[in-house]
Amino acid sequence: MIIATEFTPWAGTIGGALIGLSAVLLMAAAGRIAGATGIFGGLLTTRFDESFTRNALFIVGLLAGAAATGLFWFDEKQIAFPSGAAMTVVGGLIVGVGVSLGNGCTSGHGICGIARFSPRSVVATCVFMAVAILTVLVTRHGIGA
Amino acid sequence: MRTISILIAGALFGAGVTLSGMVNPMKVLNFMDLFGVFDPTLIFVMTAGLLVTLIGYRLVFTREKPLFDTSFHLPAKDIIDARLIGGAALFGLGWGLSGFCPGPAIASLVFGQVESFFFVAAMAAGMLAARFALLRTA
Repeated sequence: MIIATEFTPWAGTIGGALIGLSAVLLMAAAGRIAGATGIFGGLLTTRFDESFTRNALFIVGLLAGAAATGLFWFDEKQIAFPSGAAMTVVGGLIVGVGVSLGNGCTSGHGICGIARFSPRSVVATCVFMAVAILTVLVTRHGIGA
Repeated sequence: MRTISILIAGALFGAGVTLSGMVNPMKVLNFMDLFGVFDPTLIFVMTAGLLVTLIGYRLVFTREKPLFDTSFHLPAKDIIDARLIGGAALFGLGWGLSGFCPGPAIASLVFGQVESFFFVAAMAAGMLAARFALLRTA
Protein backbone atom coordinates (compact mmCIF):
# COMPACT_ATOMS: atom_id res chain seq x y z
CA MET A 1 0.00 0.00 0.00
CA ILE A 2 1.27 3.46 -0.90
CA ILE A 3 1.07 6.11 1.80
CA ALA A 4 2.10 9.73 1.15
CA THR A 5 5.02 10.81 3.34
CA GLU A 6 5.51 14.24 4.85
CA PHE A 7 7.91 16.56 2.99
CA THR A 8 10.67 17.25 5.54
CA PRO A 9 13.15 19.68 3.95
CA TRP A 10 14.89 20.64 7.22
CA ALA A 11 15.45 17.09 8.45
CA GLY A 12 16.55 16.22 4.92
CA THR A 13 19.02 19.10 4.70
CA ILE A 14 20.51 18.47 8.15
CA GLY A 15 20.62 14.71 7.50
CA GLY A 16 22.33 15.30 4.16
CA ALA A 17 24.85 17.66 5.77
CA LEU A 18 25.66 14.98 8.38
CA ILE A 19 26.30 12.45 5.60
CA GLY A 20 28.59 15.04 3.99
CA LEU A 21 30.45 15.62 7.27
CA SER A 22 30.91 11.86 7.56
CA ALA A 23 32.48 11.76 4.09
CA VAL A 24 34.78 14.70 4.86
CA LEU A 25 35.85 13.30 8.24
CA LEU A 26 36.64 9.83 6.88
CA MET A 27 38.71 11.37 4.06
CA ALA A 28 40.51 13.77 6.44
CA ALA A 29 41.26 11.09 9.04
CA ALA A 30 41.82 7.89 7.08
CA GLY A 31 41.98 9.04 3.46
CA ARG A 32 39.05 6.83 2.50
CA ILE A 33 35.84 7.22 0.49
CA ALA A 34 32.75 6.95 2.73
CA GLY A 35 30.86 4.57 0.46
CA ALA A 36 28.48 2.07 2.03
CA THR A 37 29.16 -0.46 -0.74
CA GLY A 38 32.91 -0.58 -0.21
CA ILE A 39 32.67 -0.44 3.56
CA PHE A 40 29.99 -3.13 3.96
CA GLY A 41 31.53 -5.23 1.18
CA GLY A 42 34.84 -5.01 3.02
CA LEU A 43 33.29 -6.96 5.89
CA LEU A 44 32.45 -9.89 3.61
CA THR A 45 35.88 -11.46 3.94
CA THR A 46 37.80 -13.93 6.04
CA ARG A 47 40.88 -11.73 6.19
CA PHE A 48 40.67 -9.82 9.47
CA ASP A 49 43.28 -7.20 8.70
CA GLU A 50 43.60 -3.44 9.17
CA SER A 51 41.04 -2.64 6.49
CA PHE A 52 38.50 -5.03 8.02
CA THR A 53 38.90 -3.26 11.36
CA ARG A 54 38.42 0.16 9.74
CA ASN A 55 35.26 -0.94 7.93
CA ALA A 56 33.90 -2.64 11.04
CA LEU A 57 34.49 0.51 13.12
CA PHE A 58 32.57 2.60 10.59
CA ILE A 59 29.62 0.16 10.61
CA VAL A 60 29.56 0.05 14.43
CA GLY A 61 29.47 3.85 14.47
CA LEU A 62 26.78 3.86 11.77
CA LEU A 63 24.51 1.54 13.77
CA ALA A 64 25.07 3.55 16.95
CA GLY A 65 24.38 6.84 15.14
CA ALA A 66 21.17 5.46 13.66
CA ALA A 67 20.01 4.08 17.02
CA ALA A 68 20.77 7.34 18.85
CA THR A 69 18.94 9.39 16.21
CA GLY A 70 15.98 7.01 16.47
CA LEU A 71 15.70 7.78 20.19
CA PHE A 72 15.10 11.52 19.77
CA TRP A 73 14.79 12.76 16.21
CA PHE A 74 13.20 10.04 14.15
CA ASP A 75 10.00 8.07 14.61
CA GLU A 76 10.79 4.51 13.57
CA LYS A 77 7.07 3.70 13.40
CA GLN A 78 6.91 5.51 10.05
CA ILE A 79 9.17 2.90 8.44
CA ALA A 80 7.11 0.96 5.90
CA PHE A 81 7.90 -1.43 3.09
CA PRO A 82 5.40 -0.75 0.32
CA SER A 83 6.94 -3.46 -1.88
CA GLY A 84 6.47 -6.27 0.65
CA ALA A 85 9.03 -8.69 2.08
CA ALA A 86 9.49 -10.82 -1.06
CA MET A 87 10.21 -7.85 -3.35
CA THR A 88 12.50 -6.37 -0.68
CA VAL A 89 14.59 -9.56 -0.84
CA VAL A 90 14.63 -9.53 -4.66
CA GLY A 91 15.60 -5.86 -4.57
CA GLY A 92 18.37 -6.57 -2.06
CA LEU A 93 19.85 -9.26 -4.26
CA ILE A 94 19.79 -7.01 -7.34
CA VAL A 95 21.24 -4.08 -5.35
CA GLY A 96 24.07 -6.32 -4.10
CA VAL A 97 25.00 -7.45 -7.61
CA GLY A 98 24.60 -3.95 -9.07
CA VAL A 99 26.70 -2.05 -6.55
CA SER A 100 29.47 -4.65 -6.77
CA LEU A 101 29.63 -4.43 -10.57
CA GLY A 102 29.26 -0.65 -10.53
CA ASN A 103 31.72 -0.20 -7.63
CA GLY A 104 29.47 2.01 -5.54
CA CYS A 105 26.09 3.28 -4.51
CA THR A 106 24.39 6.53 -3.46
CA SER A 107 27.10 7.45 -0.94
CA GLY A 108 30.25 6.37 -2.79
CA HIS A 109 29.24 7.59 -6.25
CA GLY A 110 26.42 10.05 -5.52
CA ILE A 111 28.16 12.00 -2.74
CA CYS A 112 31.90 11.24 -2.55
CA GLY A 113 32.46 10.55 -6.25
CA ILE A 114 30.62 13.57 -7.59
CA ALA A 115 32.27 15.77 -4.94
CA ARG A 116 35.67 14.89 -6.38
CA PHE A 117 34.37 15.30 -9.96
CA SER A 118 34.82 11.66 -10.92
CA PRO A 119 33.28 11.15 -14.39
CA ARG A 120 32.52 7.51 -13.51
CA SER A 121 30.53 8.60 -10.48
CA VAL A 122 28.59 11.26 -12.41
CA VAL A 123 27.60 8.69 -15.03
CA ALA A 124 26.77 5.99 -12.44
CA THR A 125 24.62 8.40 -10.40
CA CYS A 126 22.66 9.58 -13.45
CA VAL A 127 22.07 5.97 -14.50
CA PHE A 128 20.92 4.63 -11.13
CA MET A 129 18.69 7.62 -10.38
CA ALA A 130 17.06 7.41 -13.82
CA VAL A 131 16.54 3.64 -13.62
CA ALA A 132 15.14 3.89 -10.07
CA ILE A 133 12.61 6.57 -11.14
CA LEU A 134 11.66 4.52 -14.22
CA THR A 135 11.24 1.41 -12.07
CA VAL A 136 8.84 3.20 -9.73
CA LEU A 137 7.01 4.67 -12.73
CA VAL A 138 6.41 1.13 -14.01
CA THR A 139 5.60 -0.53 -10.67
CA ARG A 140 3.23 2.24 -9.53
CA HIS A 141 1.79 3.60 -12.75
CA GLY A 142 2.59 0.98 -15.38
CA ILE A 143 0.65 -1.91 -16.81
CA GLY A 144 -1.14 -3.85 -14.09
CA ALA A 145 -0.36 -1.31 -11.37
CA MET B 1 42.32 9.24 17.59
CA ARG B 2 42.14 7.40 14.28
CA THR B 3 39.75 4.81 15.75
CA ILE B 4 37.54 7.50 17.27
CA SER B 5 37.50 9.50 14.02
CA ILE B 6 36.28 6.46 12.05
CA LEU B 7 33.63 5.68 14.68
CA ILE B 8 32.41 9.28 14.59
CA ALA B 9 32.35 9.28 10.77
CA GLY B 10 30.20 6.15 10.92
CA ALA B 11 27.93 7.71 13.55
CA LEU B 12 27.45 10.88 11.45
CA PHE B 13 26.52 8.71 8.46
CA GLY B 14 24.04 6.63 10.50
CA ALA B 15 22.51 9.77 12.02
CA GLY B 16 22.27 11.42 8.59
CA VAL B 17 20.49 8.59 6.78
CA THR B 18 18.12 8.17 9.73
CA LEU B 19 17.26 11.85 10.31
CA SER B 20 16.74 12.38 6.57
CA GLY B 21 14.27 9.48 6.45
CA MET B 22 16.26 7.41 3.96
CA VAL B 23 15.89 4.43 6.31
CA ASN B 24 12.19 4.45 5.35
CA PRO B 25 11.66 2.74 1.97
CA MET B 26 8.21 4.33 1.67
CA LYS B 27 9.76 7.81 1.76
CA VAL B 28 12.50 6.94 -0.73
CA LEU B 29 10.03 5.36 -3.18
CA ASN B 30 7.78 8.41 -2.84
CA PHE B 31 10.75 10.56 -3.89
CA MET B 32 11.13 8.44 -7.01
CA ASP B 33 7.39 8.65 -7.67
CA LEU B 34 7.53 11.95 -9.58
CA PHE B 35 4.06 11.47 -11.04
CA GLY B 36 2.39 10.19 -7.87
CA VAL B 37 2.73 10.98 -4.15
CA PHE B 38 6.03 12.80 -4.80
CA ASP B 39 8.08 13.62 -1.67
CA PRO B 40 11.02 15.87 -2.70
CA THR B 41 12.95 15.45 0.60
CA LEU B 42 15.73 13.38 -0.99
CA ILE B 43 16.73 16.29 -3.25
CA PHE B 44 17.54 18.26 -0.09
CA VAL B 45 19.49 15.31 1.35
CA MET B 46 21.61 14.87 -1.78
CA THR B 47 22.16 18.61 -2.30
CA ALA B 48 23.25 19.24 1.29
CA GLY B 49 25.43 16.13 1.38
CA LEU B 50 27.08 17.04 -1.90
CA LEU B 51 27.70 20.69 -0.96
CA VAL B 52 29.28 19.82 2.40
CA THR B 53 31.47 17.14 0.80
CA LEU B 54 32.43 19.38 -2.11
CA ILE B 55 33.66 22.14 0.21
CA GLY B 56 35.11 19.73 2.79
CA TYR B 57 37.08 17.74 0.22
CA ARG B 58 38.58 20.96 -1.21
CA LEU B 59 39.95 21.75 2.26
CA VAL B 60 41.08 18.17 2.97
CA PHE B 61 42.90 17.84 -0.34
CA THR B 62 45.03 20.91 0.37
CA ARG B 63 46.87 18.58 2.75
CA GLU B 64 49.48 16.19 1.44
CA LYS B 65 48.08 13.26 3.35
CA PRO B 66 45.27 12.38 5.76
CA LEU B 67 45.75 12.91 9.49
CA PHE B 68 46.16 9.22 10.34
CA ASP B 69 47.38 7.58 7.17
CA THR B 70 50.31 7.91 4.79
CA SER B 71 48.24 8.77 1.69
CA PHE B 72 44.73 9.31 0.30
CA HIS B 73 43.19 6.15 -1.13
CA LEU B 74 41.21 7.30 -4.15
CA PRO B 75 39.78 5.03 -6.85
CA ALA B 76 42.23 5.03 -9.78
CA LYS B 77 39.79 3.68 -12.36
CA ASP B 78 38.60 6.27 -14.86
CA ILE B 79 37.06 4.30 -17.72
CA ILE B 80 33.32 4.38 -18.24
CA ASP B 81 32.56 0.85 -19.36
CA ALA B 82 29.61 -1.51 -19.72
CA ARG B 83 30.29 -2.95 -16.28
CA LEU B 84 29.90 0.46 -14.61
CA ILE B 85 26.73 1.34 -16.51
CA GLY B 86 25.22 -2.15 -16.19
CA GLY B 87 26.01 -2.25 -12.47
CA ALA B 88 24.54 1.20 -11.87
CA ALA B 89 21.42 0.25 -13.87
CA LEU B 90 20.96 -2.94 -11.81
CA PHE B 91 21.44 -0.96 -8.61
CA GLY B 92 18.80 1.54 -9.76
CA LEU B 93 16.40 -1.31 -10.50
CA GLY B 94 16.91 -2.92 -7.08
CA TRP B 95 16.64 0.47 -5.35
CA GLY B 96 13.43 1.28 -7.21
CA LEU B 97 11.92 -2.13 -6.39
CA SER B 98 12.80 -2.08 -2.67
CA GLY B 99 13.27 1.57 -1.66
CA PHE B 100 16.57 0.69 0.02
CA CYS B 101 20.12 1.57 -0.94
CA PRO B 102 23.01 -0.03 1.01
CA GLY B 103 23.83 2.60 3.69
CA PRO B 104 20.29 3.30 4.91
CA ALA B 105 19.42 -0.42 4.74
CA ILE B 106 22.28 -1.25 7.12
CA ALA B 107 21.36 1.66 9.43
CA SER B 108 17.71 0.50 9.47
CA LEU B 109 18.77 -2.80 11.09
CA VAL B 110 18.71 -1.07 14.49
CA PHE B 111 14.95 -0.49 14.12
CA GLY B 112 14.45 -4.25 14.06
CA GLN B 113 12.12 -4.70 11.08
CA VAL B 114 12.48 -8.18 9.62
CA GLU B 115 12.50 -6.79 6.05
CA SER B 116 15.72 -4.88 6.86
CA PHE B 117 17.46 -8.12 7.81
CA PHE B 118 16.13 -9.85 4.67
CA PHE B 119 17.37 -7.00 2.51
CA VAL B 120 20.87 -6.82 4.01
CA ALA B 121 21.30 -10.62 3.85
CA ALA B 122 20.14 -10.68 0.21
CA MET B 123 22.42 -7.73 -0.61
CA ALA B 124 25.41 -9.54 0.93
CA ALA B 125 24.54 -12.64 -1.12
CA GLY B 126 24.31 -10.52 -4.28
CA MET B 127 27.69 -8.89 -3.55
CA LEU B 128 29.37 -12.25 -3.03
CA ALA B 129 27.73 -13.70 -6.16
CA ALA B 130 28.94 -10.77 -8.26
CA ARG B 131 32.42 -11.02 -6.78
CA PHE B 132 32.51 -14.77 -7.56
CA ALA B 133 31.31 -14.20 -11.13
CA LEU B 134 33.93 -11.48 -11.67
CA LEU B 135 36.68 -13.79 -10.41
CA ARG B 136 35.63 -16.47 -12.87
CA THR B 137 35.59 -14.10 -15.84
CA ALA B 138 38.82 -12.33 -14.86
